[in-house]
Order: sequence, then structure tokens, then C-alpha cells
Amino acid sequence: MAHAHAHSHSVKRYTGIMDWLTTVDHKKIGILYLIAGGFFFGIGGIEAILIRLQLIKPMNDLVSAQVFNELITMHGTTMIFLGVMPVIFALMNAVIPLQIGARDVAFPFLNSLGFWTFLFGGLLLNLSWIMGGAPDAGWTSYPPLSSTDYSPTHGVDFYTIGLQIAGLGTLIGGINFLATIITMRAPGMSFMRMPMFTWTAFITSAMILFAFPAITVGLVLLSFDRLLGANFFDVAGGGNPVLWQHIFWIFGHPEVYILILPAFGIISEVIPTFSRKRLFGYSSMVFATILIAFLGFMVWAHHMFTTGLGPVANALFSIATMLIAVPTGIKIFNWLFTMWGGQIRFTSANLFAIGFVPTFVMGGVTGVMLASAPADFQFHDTYFVVAHFHYVIVGGLVFGLFSGLHYWWPKMFGRVLNETLGKWTFWLFAIGFHMTFFVQHFLGLLGMQRRIVSYLPNQNFDELNFISTIGAILMGIGVLAFLANVVATSRKPVGAAADPWEDGRTLEWSIPSPPPEYNFKQIPLVRGIDAYWKEKMAGNKEMTPSEPVGPIHMPSPSILPFVMSLGLFIAGLGFMFSTEDFSNSFMSLIFNKYIVLIVGLLITFAAMIARSLYDDHGYHIEVEELEGEGKA
Amino acid sequence: MSHAEHVNGELPHEPEKATLEGRNKVLGFWLFLGGEAVLFGTLFATFLALRGQNNEGPTASELFSLPITAAATLILLVSSLTSVFAIQALHRHNIEKLKLWLIVTVALGLGFLGLEIYEFYEYIVHESFNMKTSAFSSAFYTLVGFHGAHVAFGVVWISLLIAQLYRKGLTVVTAPKVYVSAMYWHFIDVVWVFIFSVVYLLGKVG
Repeated sequence: MAHAHAHSHSVKRYTGIMDWLTTVDHKKIGILYLIAGGFFFGIGGIEAILIRLQLIKPMNDLVSAQVFNELITMHGTTMIFLGVMPVIFALMNAVIPLQIGARDVAFPFLNSLGFWTFLFGGLLLNLSWIMGGAPDAGWTSYPPLSSTDYSPTHGVDFYTIGLQIAGLGTLIGGINFLATIITMRAPGMSFMRMPMFTWTAFITSAMILFAFPAITVGLVLLSFDRLLGANFFDVAGGGNPVLWQHIFWIFGHPEVYILILPAFGIISEVIPTFSRKRLFGYSSMVFATILIAFLGFMVWAHHMFTTGLGPVANALFSIATMLIAVPTGIKIFNWLFTMWGGQIRFTSANLFAIGFVPTFVMGGVTGVMLASAPADFQFHDTYFVVAHFHYVIVGGLVFGLFSGLHYWWPKMFGRVLNETLGKWTFWLFAIGFHMTFFVQHFLGLLGMQRRIVSYLPNQNFDELNFISTIGAILMGIGVLAFLANVVATSRKPVGAAADPWEDGRTLEWSIPSPPPEYNFKQIPLVRGIDAYWKEKMAGNKEMTPSEPVGPIHMPSPSILPFVMSLGLFIAGLGFMFSTEDFSNSFMSLIFNKYIVLIVGLLITFAAMIARSLYDDHGYHIEVEELEGEGKA
Repeated sequence: MSHAEHVNGELPHEPEKATLEGRNKVLGFWLFLGGEAVLFGTLFATFLALRGQNNEGPTASELFSLPITAAATLILLVSSLTSVFAIQALHRHNIEKLKLWLIVTVALGLGFLGLEIYEFYEYIVHESFNMKTSAFSSAFYTLVGFHGAHVAFGVVWISLLIAQLYRKGLTVVTAPKVYVSAMYWHFIDVVWVFIFSVVYLLGKVG
């Protein structure tokens, strides 16, 4: 009966560009996240190269000090919020529903909304380059530097409002993946049978849920200070700039674990597959992941040791920070023991995964050094800190993402990436990475501060900076090798096997590459950890189904998420320029009277109302169609 | 699987949880409220940090009038009760009672908003206490205003749901919507209890 009900409602299925604008299919949204994240990663990378070229020699004048400040601010902000977060979401979208044996995420419509709000937020932030200057107060935007007194252009407004809109998308994505993993697992997949990538995505989503609202409030307060004349961080009005530091880092420290946990998950998938062994210490991995997330919320003030919180607070945060080394160490040893005695294959994906382990350990060691409050007074705001967080974020997360992309590329696109180019990517990127950042430890210890536009010669900085810049260029060439690989691979026909690595362990390798839009013709029955491997060892060619073949209900595509996000984008611009003095009377009418702001919000609300009033019955894929595709 | 509705034309006992979509919606909304709790928690922390910083403007004890805020508190608490009645009517499949109690809830929400707008108007026009006055004023308007905006959103949302109940009746599609709107309404009620205690009562005594 429900079936007939859904069918009486004809659903438009789009093609071409409209298909991409309206899709609610997690696999296509994953590809959208990858393209958009890759685009912003490219912009952030170009900014990084410009920063390094400016610092290649003493007293260089490639860019002005103002542009340099804009470059460092936008490099950090873009890479964190618009580069690596979306690529993490790309892999989560592409892989999580497949790994848990689901046909889609819990909220396909919200999934699309999350992507479009992220994209419009990111575009708004980057519009600043052509609309009066980019943010220039550092990615942390500490007041009073970020107040209207010291940042009079709209740069910081682009930061607060762009990140606000993009952050909304991340929060929506986090809720969606939490609900998906809780309710959509296939029969038999208990929590302790979930693949590690699913586990880390689950914990990361929980951290997003509890960390992002804090930055939402922080950005609201900062934008109110700047645009409505509020006094949150203005000492003259009774405000307190340290409050911003607390709010920012209560979000900001969990954020770094939000970033690294999915990388841990990827490594925990790639290493067992290419060692032909199950993951060593699965339950301790789960426990360590949860413990890292828990401790990650307790350590924010280690970014503020020099702010003057006093010895007791510093000591407590110092100890809590060092504690994180314990669960992280558990993970490192588990990966080593997984490889021990395994039949290791050095594919590109595995090279990045194996390269990750020592690189991340180096970042972890400097992390423990920085956790010591007295030592931090020496390291603070030097290149030592820059070296540390690039070791964990690039050497950790970006290595993990490259590993995951090489590993799951055939599942996403049906084509295996070229292994020769993949190995070139790894070696160029890895060597370039260590050249760039290893020497920065010593630059920091020698006293070179972060965020300086230039330095005087003969302070022992010259050679190390030169090496660092050459390394950055090598990393850039490594990324170009990856792009060349993507282009070359996209010219090949779709023809990857369902299990192209032949040693796939988890459910995504039991279905075709790329999967049909409904993923699983029959939802599989899960009989243990590494469900697919278990079936293979039992001599089965495919998973045991948990249901008979039947019509599959699919959600309808919708343009509304795009419209809602567009409305927020317009409203953001309207709010930002509401205090601007326009010479043009029309412009001043529509902006200063909040007309643009209101129109933008009305567009968003109208789309929300439309979504609520018109029920989406979806459509069904019939058994005949499923059988037909099975034979073809 | 997800469409076990209308067997013999009857609604199941808990229509909001009868479909997978409905259960997902309720779970997702609980998660969303977890995020909202952090949002208001951060706003409360900001308010507590700045509430003494009146910058030669009015202080909390000079400004606040407990009778008005007590009346607002009473109205909002009663509206939470009426939304419970609405959900009870939903579980009994009594759509007329459901619509009635939702309308009462919306009316009480509007009454609360009226009092809040009156209060803000008094402060801004007669006490010269606005967003720019002091850190205390900024924190006050942001915290209480965020809550007020949530109430306004809830009023519009529940009104739309009442309209849908008239048009579509009570089904396994509309029931989860009503149910999560009631969850939302209780949440903003709980936040208000904290605002009444932390902002107004604490402001009066010290």
C-alpha cells in the first residue's frame, strides 16, 4: 500500500548539471565534497607557496606585509575549514554508508544541505580577495587585533560570516553521520563489529556536534562586536579579549582531533588490507579513539599557557595534554603490530599509510614537548609550533587523506589510480614535506617567530628557510603529480573490480565499483568484524543477504538545499555591508536598511517552509529493474 | 520496512516512531538539541563572565523587574505543559485536541514574546540600555535575544504544523514533525528556566 502511495507521486529525475545541484545520493555528494574541497585545498596550497616564496631569502619583498598577513590568515582558515574538512566529509560520504551496509545516510536531504552551506560559506570567505581585502588577523582572529580598530576593512567580517555559514554545514553533516551510524547499520553489525573508519567517523561526528556550536557563538560575538557595536571583547566597554581565546580554543582544540581521528580510521583500514591481517587490537583502538575524543575537550587552554592563567591551571592543562599521548601511543603500536608478520604490499595507498606512522609520531613528540608549560614559554609563537602542527596535520591528516583517496578511488569512480604516478606523488610529497617542516623545528628553536613577513640576514635563518621553501615547491609538484594521475585515470574506461585490491575486508568491497545508486540490492547479513573477509574465508563469493529482493525506496532529488544555502549567502553579504558607507544611494538603501539581509533570510525560510509543506514520498526502484541490472 | 503505516487504515500507537524516517527524525533532533545545549552553554558562560561589567550603564539589579519576568516564566512553563497535552492527544490519535493544545501553546508563546519585546523596548527607550552600552548589555541581549529568536522560530514552526494538521491530518509523516517540535519547545523552556535563574534572579540578588 505504501508502495502504491509512493508511486502515485511521479518524481522528476534530473540529468546533467541539475542532477548535481539536486542530488541527495551520498556517493554523488561525496564527489561534490571532493571537488569543492580539492579546489579550496588548491587555493590554500597556492597561498602556502606564496608564503614560502616570500620567506625564501632575508628581507624579501615579493609581497607586502599586508598581503602576507592576508595570505597566512587565509592559508590556515582555508586549509582547515574548506580544504581538509570537506575532503574528510567526501570520504565519509563515499564510504560510511557502504561500510555499514546501508542504502543511504539517515537524512539525504540534510546531507545535500550540509554540502551547499559549506560551499557557499567557503565562496563567501574567498570573495574577500576581490571585495576589499581578505581577513588579516590570523586564522585565530584574536581580538583586539580582529576588532574594527585594528582590522578596519571587511576582511574579518568575511571570516566571521563565511565561517559561520560553512560551520553550519559541518554541524549538519556531523548530526547526519551520527544518526546514520546509530540507526542504519545492517543486521548483525553491532557497534563492536563496525570498521575502524566508521568508528572514527562516528566519534568525529560526536566531537563536531559538541565543538562547533562553541565557534558558532564565538563568531556571533565577534561579528556583533564588529557590526553592531557590542562590547564582548572591547576592554573599554567592559569586555574581555581572553574570553575569545577560551571560546575559540574550546572549539579549536577538539577541531584538531576532529581532523585527525578520520585519518586514524583510514590508516586502520589501509594497513590491515595491505598486510593481509586483521587490525591488531581492534577493541583497544576503539577505546583509544573514544579516550582521545574525551581528553580532546579537556586541553584547550594549552594554547593559552602564555596568556597568564596561572601555574595551577597551566599545570592541569599540561598534564591533561600529555595524557593524550597514551591512547595515541596505543594506536601507533597497534598499527605496527598489524604490519608485523603480515604480507605487506607497498601500494601507493599503503605507502602513505606507512609513511604516516613515523611522521605522525614526530608530530606527537613535539606535541608532548609543547604540552610542558615552562618549555612552551620558549616555543610559543615560534616556527617550532608551526613545524609541530604541520607535522600532525599534513604529515598526519593529509597523508591519511591521500592514502584514503588512493584506496577508495576505485570505489568512488570505478577506476584504479595509476600506481606509478601514485608512488611519485608519495615520494615527492613526503620528501618535500620533511624538507619543508623538519628544518622549521630548528628555525623555531633559533628564535624565528611565526607570522613575520621578513627577517634580517645572518641570524642562521637563511639556509634553513631556503631549504624549507624548496621543500614546499616539491610538495606542490607532488600534488600536481596527483592531479595528473586523476586526469590520466579519468580517461580510462570504468572497469575496476568490486574488490580491486583483492584483499578487501569490509562491506564496501562486496558491491560493484562504483556502486549502483541503491548500493545494496539486498542488505547483507554481518557475521563478524571484517564482514566481507569473513565470508571470503568461509568460501563464499558474496555476502549472505538478510532480506529477499524487493522494491527499494529512494529519496527524491531536491533543489531546496541549494536555494537555502544561497539565501544564507545573500543574507551574509547583506549583514556584512549593513554598516558600510555607500556613495551610491541605491546601494545604501538596500544594504543599510537591511533589505539584502532580510531578502536572503526570506529566501532561506521560504525554502524551509516549502520543504515542510510538500512531503517527499520518494520513488521505488522495482524488482524487475534490479534484476535487469544484475544480469547486465 | 519503513512504511508500515495505515494497516487497516489505523495509526500505530506511537505514530511518530512508526517509520524509520520518523525514528531517525526523533534521534537526529535529540542530537541537534545536544548541539543547542552547547550553544546556549557558551552563551551562558559568556554572560556569567561579563555580567558585572556594566561600564557605568545600568546594573542588573537596577534594571530588572521580577514581576514581568516571573509572568513570562509562568507563561512559558504553562506552554510546555500544554505541549505535553498536545503530545498526549497525539498518542490518543485525537486530532482535534491535538490542534487545540498546539494553538494554545502558540498563543502562550506569542504572549511570552510580547512581554519580552515590551521588556526590551523599555530598556532601550527608557533606560538607555542597548547593545552598545556595556559588555553586560551585549551579553544580556545576545543570550536573551537568542532565546527569544528560538521562541519566535518555534511559534512560526508550530503554526505551520497546525496548518499541516488541518490539511493533511495526523499521519506517520506529520506525527514526527509535531513530536520533534514539542521536544524543541521543551528545550527552549528549559533554557528559559536557566535564564530566569542566572540572568534575572542572580541579577537581583547580586
